Amino acid sequence: MAEEKKPEKKKIDLNRVAMPKQEPRVRARNFNEVAQGYTHEMAIYEANRCIDCAKPGCTKGCPVGIDIPGFIRAIRNGDMPEAVRVLKAKNNLPAICGRVCPQETQCEAVCTLAKKGAPVAIGRLERYIADWELAQPPEARMKTVLPPPTGKKVAVIGSGPAGLTAAADLARMGHKVDIYETLHMAGGVLVYGIPEFRLPKAIVQAEVDYVKSLGVDIYLDSVVGRTIMVDELLQDGYHAVFLGTGAGLPMFLNIPGENYNGIYSANEWLTRTNLMKAYLFPEYDTPIRVGRRVAVIGGGNVAMDSARCALRLGAEEVTIVYRRGRAEMPARAEEVENAEEEGVIFKLLTNPKQFIGDDQGWVKAMECYEMELGEPDESGRRRPVIKQGSEFTMDVDTVVVALGTTPNPLLPSTTDGLETTRRGTVVADEETGKTSKPAVWAGGDVVTGAATVISAMGAGKRAAAAIDEYLKSLK
Amino acid sequence: MFKILRREDFSPEIHLFEIDAPAVARKAQAGQFVVLRIDERGERFPLTIADWDREKGTITVVFMEVGKSTRKLATLKAGDYIANFAGPLGLPTHIENYGTVACVAGGFAVATIVPIARAMKQAGNRVISILGARTRQLIFWEERLQQWSDELIVTTDDGSYGRKALVTEPLKELMEKGGIDMVVAIGPTIMMKFAAKTTEPFGVKTIASLNPIMVDGTGMCGCCRVEAGGETKFTCVHGPDFDAHQVDWDLLMARQRTYIDQEKESLRLWQEQVEAGGKVGG
Ligand SMILES: Cc1cc2nc3c(=O)[nH]c(=O)nc-3n(C[C@H](O)[C@H](O)[C@H](O)COP(=O)(O)OP(=O)(O)OC[C@H]3O[C@@H](n4cnc5c(N)ncnc54)[C@H](O)[C@@H]3O)c2cc1C
Ligand SMILES: Cc1cc2nc3c(=O)[nH]c(=O)nc-3n(C[C@H](O)[C@H](O)[C@H](O)COP(=O)(O)OP(=O)(O)OC[C@H]3O[C@@H](n4cnc5c(N)ncnc54)[C@H](O)[C@@H]3O)c2cc1C
Ligand code: SF4
Ligand code: SF4
Ligand code: FES
Repeated sequence: MAEEKKPEKKKIDLNRVAMPKQEPRVRARNFNEVAQGYTHEMAIYEANRCIDCAKPGCTKGCPVGIDIPGFIRAIRNGDMPEAVRVLKAKNNLPAICGRVCPQETQCEAVCTLAKKGAPVAIGRLERYIADWELAQPPEARMKTVLPPPTGKKVAVIGSGPAGLTAAADLARMGHKVDIYETLHMAGGVLVYGIPEFRLPKAIVQAEVDYVKSLGVDIYLDSVVGRTIMVDELLQDGYHAVFLGTGAGLPMFLNIPGENYNGIYSANEWLTRTNLMKAYLFPEYDTPIRVGRRVAVIGGGNVAMDSARCALRLGAEEVTIVYRRGRAEMPARAEEVENAEEEGVIFKLLTNPKQFIGDDQGWVKAMECYEMELGEPDESGRRRPVIKQGSEFTMDVDTVVVALGTTPNPLLPSTTDGLETTRRGTVVADEETGKTSKPAVWAGGDVVTGAATVISAMGAGKRAAAAIDEYLKSLK
Repeated sequence: MFKILRREDFSPEIHLFEIDAPAVARKAQAGQFVVLRIDERGERFPLTIADWDREKGTITVVFMEVGKSTRKLATLKAGDYIANFAGPLGLPTHIENYGTVACVAGGFAVATIVPIARAMKQAGNRVISILGARTRQLIFWEERLQQWSDELIVTTDDGSYGRKALVTEPLKELMEKGGIDMVVAIGPTIMMKFAAKTTEPFGVKTIASLNPIMVDGTGMCGCCRVEAGGETKFTCVHGPDFDAHQVDWDLLMARQRTYIDQEKESLRLWQEQVEAGGKVGG
């Protein structure tokens, strides 16, 4: 093992190592991963930039509290297995978080070097380590030693990051865990929403396989609330239930013409493309219709992913239409930049008024308002207001509505005693995830509304700890 | 994986599968459907639950070959497996004692109507059924429908069996005669549209089971949206049954044509493959 190398504290190095990427022109036409990952040399260089702070801010910025200086130290020492161990102590899914966490507003935002404009690239290093581990032969991977079975059973509903994390933690505590998932594939938004070019599905599969290797059984095609009820699970021998059903109900604009052919919700657009692999049609059976001119309504990650998919599916001109300004866009900065480099056009301070169709019922144009920013609203962002008389028309062949999502009411509406809010989210204790219904916990987007992968995982972890305590209290 | 236990062929293009799916069978009710995926490369598509056996743990579906997916499905036989089979989805048909109910089935939708007629009959209704098809070869389950109907009228477009008429003709006569409290009309979209037009002037409540294109079948994608009473609804969670007088039928028909070019292309390529003696999967 290499001897302990002290970071060179004398001089702070502000040369953050850039992420190697596919060329914009090339990648805008394929579904391969955009960011190609650090080489060993890059990782060592970047790890050396970390000054191993006595009071590291970074760890507090991570919703699951990874010992960030610890794993970076291990990289510096060339001790990859140790880096894996430190990461996995807090994060079951580092290959995913390293790729999709909004680091710039979390761990990296509070890195000491962020003040100098060059935070340590924590996410990229995390990805490097996770990929290093995935590249090892299976027998060389970190082994999880499971404790003797406790005889307690937990049903986890939904196989997104919240459900997978809760399941893995509970299994490692010795409980028998079964996951119930509506779709034909496990992973939640990680498989149906986030595209291959940002998060390769093989990586999600590897993480799902890891969870299965802990003895967790995954029942696909199981729509809880239809195929089976929460109360039946509790009667059928499960001691506790965790709801990680996400926020999968798409919102629409509710303006005239929204049901014309060619107008998709982002969920449908992304599900066809990613989960059903419509980009490989007709090799795969699910079709998608991509016009020459595509407009994507919205300014979040979902809008960026939809727009970038449209380019890759062959659209000539893709425009993001967003009602506020650039600074207000909720998408990760990196993804906005990626989209822009690839040629996505941004039409900011613009909002649709109505859709115009042709005589066959296909959308052909979109009438929009210009907007301006007024006083701040509840979210603290300046409220967009319509500029009177500013209407103009844009020709479009395809529209993707990416306004966001709320929890699907299917499960809450079929489960007695489960309290929900007006926004359709399940009411749960912030610390423990306990719901109003006995023996039922919840976490992730179903509780918070659409949020992030890492916050869903954090909620899954906290709920697993609370469920474990509850199970121990049972005789 | 879900095993096909039994196959029955009603005509060269209409088939029945009985599938081993105990969890779905435990919950199935008249009017609900399943979403299935044949194999790794398949699309998700819906089929109505035509029957179930809770003890045996089986679900029966009846389907007609129209494009690639249904044709591919038709290449499977008893003993083969279907990759995915999720359900029961959608809301069950609302059953109560209305008095006299007319059940109208166009084409292979007789399979959808039978469990509804049965539930209506068991709820104490007098059931008058109309079963229509293009031609004699396409008529099946007549005796099953008869079993739950106080009266059964059979029509064919070409007059090869029963009365030579479209189902809307006897339906109109029933309306004129009076005494019908409720109509359930299921079949091709165009037939449902005209059934709705037939009953509307008489103010008799009419339910249709809508068949838009779907993906997930659980309210996640919005692909199945229709307009009823001027409001947008998701067929897979708010339906599939809707008040037929409120449905925007032209919108439904336009949306059903969304992928017509791709469907043709997909079918053509597949048929070429089959003819070339290639693998039937893919
Ligand atoms: C396109 C897109 C891009 C995104 N990009 C990012 C990003 O870059 N970074 C980031 O941090 N976050 C991103 N997010 C957000 C992030 O993906 C979510 O916050 C996260 O996945 C939530 O996890 P979850 O486990 O709560 O729910 P989900 O991932 O939504 O998983 C819920 C699962 O439950 C299943 N389910 C639902 N109802 C039932 C039921 N009744 N019975 C059984 N199963 C059920 C669903 O099918 C699904 O598989 C993105 C989201 C989208 C849509
Ligand atoms: C709630 C519901 C219940 C249904 N029940 C039955 C049934 O019991 N028996 C039966 O034979 N058919 C049923 N259908 C229709 C069946 O799903 C379609 O015939 C099938 O998907 C066609 O696929 P294909 O590839 O063979 O044909 P394609 O070439 O893809 O399409 C032919 C036509 O079928 C329709 N269609 C295509 N894809 C879908 C899809 N994913 N979902 C719905 N419709 C689609 C379109 O209008 C299209 O024009 C039902 C549809 C719905 C929505
Ligand atoms: S999990 Fe996310 S927030 Fe935590 S250290 Fe990794 S990238 Fe940062
Ligand atoms: S705050 Fe930044 S520099 Fe300090 S330990 Fe964390 S990553 Fe390293
Ligand atoms: S099929 Fe996706 S919402 Fe109905």
